[in-house]
Order: sequence, then C-alpha cells, then structure tokens
Amino acid sequence: MEFLLEPLEYEFFRRALLAALLVGASGGMIGVYVVLRGMSYVGHGLSHAAIGGAVVGFTLNLNFYAGAFAMGLLAILTINKITQNNKIKLDAAIGIVTTAMFALGVAIVSKLRNFKQNFEAALFGNILGITDHDLVVIGLVAAITLVTLFLLYRALLFSTFDSEAARVFGIKTESVQFLFSLLLTFSVIASLNVIGVTMVAATLIAPAMTARMLTDSFSKMIIYSTLIGSVTGVIGMYLSYIFNVASGTTIVLFSALLFSLSLLAKPIHSLSANLMKR
Amino acid sequence: MQATSLSNAQFSAAVQLSNVKAGYEQNVVFSDLSLDIAAGQFAGIVGPTACGKTTLLKIILGIHPVISGKILLHNNPVNQVKPGTVGYVPQLGSVDWNFPVTVEEVIAMGLYTNGRILPWLSKEERKSVYDLAYRLGVEDCLQQHIIDISGGQRQRAFLARALISNPNLLILDEPTSGVDIKTQHEVLHLLGDINREGMTILLTTHDLNAVASHLPWVICFNRGVVAQGQPHDIFTNEILTQTYGGDIVIVKYEGHLLIANSTPLHFRDEKH
Repeated sequence: MEFLLEPLEYEFFRRALLAALLVGASGGMIGVYVVLRGMSYVGHGLSHAAIGGAVVGFTLNLNFYAGAFAMGLLAILTINKITQNNKIKLDAAIGIVTTAMFALGVAIVSKLRNFKQNFEAALFGNILGITDHDLVVIGLVAAITLVTLFLLYRALLFSTFDSEAARVFGIKTESVQFLFSLLLTFSVIASLNVIGVTMVAATLIAPAMTARMLTDSFSKMIIYSTLIGSVTGVIGMYLSYIFNVASGTTIVLFSALLFSLSLLAKPIHSLSANLMKR
Repeated sequence: MQATSLSNAQFSAAVQLSNVKAGYEQNVVFSDLSLDIAAGQFAGIVGPTACGKTTLLKIILGIHPVISGKILLHNNPVNQVKPGTVGYVPQLGSVDWNFPVTVEEVIAMGLYTNGRILPWLSKEERKSVYDLAYRLGVEDCLQQHIIDISGGQRQRAFLARALISNPNLLILDEPTSGVDIKTQHEVLHLLGDINREGMTILLTTHDLNAVASHLPWVICFNRGVVAQGQPHDIFTNEILTQTYGGDIVIVKYEGHLLIANSTPLHFRDEKH
C-alpha cells in the first residue's frame, strides 16, 4: 500500500492523477463512438492538427488551448468540406489536412528552439506539466462530454448504427456529426498535456476496443469503456511515476495490455463453459 | 402504360409524386415522374439494377432532395411530415452486423420520436418493445446480439423498429434479398397481415416471383414508371421486356405466375 500512498503526498501527482482519471473517463466514453463511427484516425489526426495550432498560438502569444482548439476546429471543418463530394475519402483528407497543420507546428518549433521542452511534453505527455489551469480545462471538457453524450445518447446511437434510417426518424445526422466532432476536438485537446499528441488516439480507442471484446450491448460498452478508461488513466499515471517515464506511454501500454487480456476473455469463457458442461 | 389505374378521385393517396426530377450531381436518374400510391396499398417496385428504385425510395423518405417537382405523403409535403409517421426498413445487406447492439436496443431506436431524452428505456417503453417483439415473434431474442439471430428474426427486428412509432406508411428496401425462400415467404406474409390492418406498404425487390405470389400491386420501374397494376395484369412479356430490356420467360401454371429472369443459355444455343 505504501507505494500507492507515497506519490499522493505530492501535489503535482494528485493533480496529474485527477487529470488522468478525468481524461480516461471522458476518452473512454467518447472513444466508443470514435471506434464505432470508424473515426479512429480522426482522433489521431486531430491531435496532430491541435499541436500545430498550439505552436502557432504560442508564436502569436495566444493561450495553448485557444490555438489548439482553433486549429482542431479548422481541421474538422476542412476535412468535412473536402469529403463532402465523396471524391476524396475520409482517411486521405485527414492525412493531408492534419499532417499539414502538424508540419506547420514543427516548422515553427524548429525555428524557435526555446520551445523544444514544452513541445516534447505535448508529444508524449508529462505528469509534471499539468497545471491547475489544465485541470480546470480537463474537468470542464469531461463535464461537457458527459452531459452532451448523456443528452444525445439516443440520437448518437441511432445515427452511428444506421445513419440513413436515423434521418427518416427525424434525427439531424449532420448536426449530430458536427457536434460530435466538436466534442472530440475538445477531448483530444484536453488530453494533450496528460497523454501527449502521439498517444491520444490510442487512449481514445483502446478502452472502447477492450469494452467491445467484453460485451455485445451498446449501453454496457459505454459503461465498460468509461470504467476501463478511468482505471487505465490512474494505473498508467502510477506507472509513469514509478518508472519515471512519460505518462502517455504508460497509459497507452497499460491500455494495450488490457486489450490483449480482453482478447483472451472469450476463449477462456468458452473453455470454462465447455468444462462446466462436462 | 398503365395496365390498371385508379384516378385520384377514387382513393386518398398515401404517396403522391408530381413531375419529380431527381438524381445525383450531373446524373439525372428520372425526370417528370408522377406516381400515386393509394392509402392502404401494398405495393412492390420492381426493376433492373440502377433503374432508380433506391433513389425513388429515398426521395419518398425525404432523405434525398429532388431537383424539381412535388412529393406529398398523406397530403403533407415530404419535408413537413412528422418523424415517425413513415417507417423504414433498410436493406439488411447494409447493416453492420458486428455493431454492438442487442435486438432490444435496435427496436428501441424507433422510439426516438417519442421525445424522451434519458438513455435508458422507461417501463412503458420496455413494455411496448416487448409487446411488439412478441407480436413479431422475436421476444425470446431481445437480449441477444443481432448477429446471433436468424435472417428471419433480423428482418423482424428491423421491422419492429420501423413499426414501433406507429407509422401510417411503411417503406422497405429489398426485404426479400439475402434471406432463404421460407423466410421470404414468412416476411411477405407478415407484411400482408400488417397491410390488412390498414398500413400502406411500399417495398422494392428483385424477386418477381415473390411479388407475383404475395403482393396485390406492382410498379414496374426503369427510370420512370413503365406500368403498374396487379401482378397478373402487369407481368407480361411486353411490360417486363420493356422494364428489364431482356428476355423474360413467364409461365402460368395452375393460377400461379412463374417468372424467369432470362431465357436459359442452352435454349439460346438451340435457337442459334
């Protein structure tokens, strides 16, 4: 127990732990829709665009989140516009738009060497880098995510499963999609300091994938994924402290471990069911 | 060509299309299309692939815009129709069967139009889902994943989703495709029962024999209405050749119509 309690004496760790818990929970929840809507690569791309925006914002003396959000939003709108006519597929649009925005950030960083330290933290996550301000943003985003997904549960489920029929039943699927993209942009940006830009996509999708392996019910998948995301965030943060490595890496590695175990869940369940029958 | 026709004065129309032009970007699928479907009708739209059947369904459903013309559903413009008054069953081939939903969750999607926001089902909602599932014979698989049930049960689950909002018009896209002949028969009989209770039903299908044996009204469609009427009047060589543009064999046997899509190859060889 000592090793669990000892890091809690440090304020930075308590802050980081709370941040990881909130980011894990909201990421786990929104990740279900990301996975089921086939938007895994959107999360990955958005985080890159956001970091490009954050760097641009830094050079313009703007707040980190303002720059990241502006660029993330611009990326989503541009991707939607490019893919509207169906001539260019979503993955290709994400590839060009978000990589170009990321490249802009890298170009600025390479000109401004003094930015290097913060940039690395944003790439891989840093438990020391979470401020009270970050915690407020993360808390707000988690609350907005929870409330929005709660209120839009029925519309999101229907439009994710069967977009065409959802429209027949009066769901404004394009508005739902836009709102969801906005929510995803918020979540990705709020996660950047905890998880790091290169790891965000995995923390969004891994809990949802693990939950999918455990249930065939949508409502249960949402609950499982939120719980798995929270637990993963907390344990990953402890591992980051214990092994003194970037928090994003430990959270992602622990997520991957849970997913691997979930792959074994079904064969073990079938085996035990067969043994019980005998 | 209209083998059997009813004037507007003789029936109230569930669906009225007037001079409709529709398509995608530069590709006009059909133009100047006028079509009335009587309230209480059970009609099947048949025609070759890419003849515009799906586009026709989509404009009636209001999910694809028309370039020009007017569409009325029970005398209301299609874009002003109250959600839930039209039920829709998509092609089962377009469903993602690995999506994590149970049969109960699928049926409950149709309750969206009742305006309840809370994610979980109320007691009344759960009861209405069960009652409909019971009526359609899928009450035992409500908690099963959609991939774990039979083709007939899947069709019934999606039918339940379409019916749970009590629509007055039911539209089905290819309900007979991808299911075996017994299931096909069961589904069409079930639709016949629902129609007899007063619901207007419009479906598309490639299966002419199923239409001939189960549906009272058929619309032959190929970028426009070629003919419409009762199957016995409509399924003639002339009309089907005009619709499909190829050889169609029609056999009348003990009051039944049997339709083959084309002359078998060895018959053709003999002719040559």
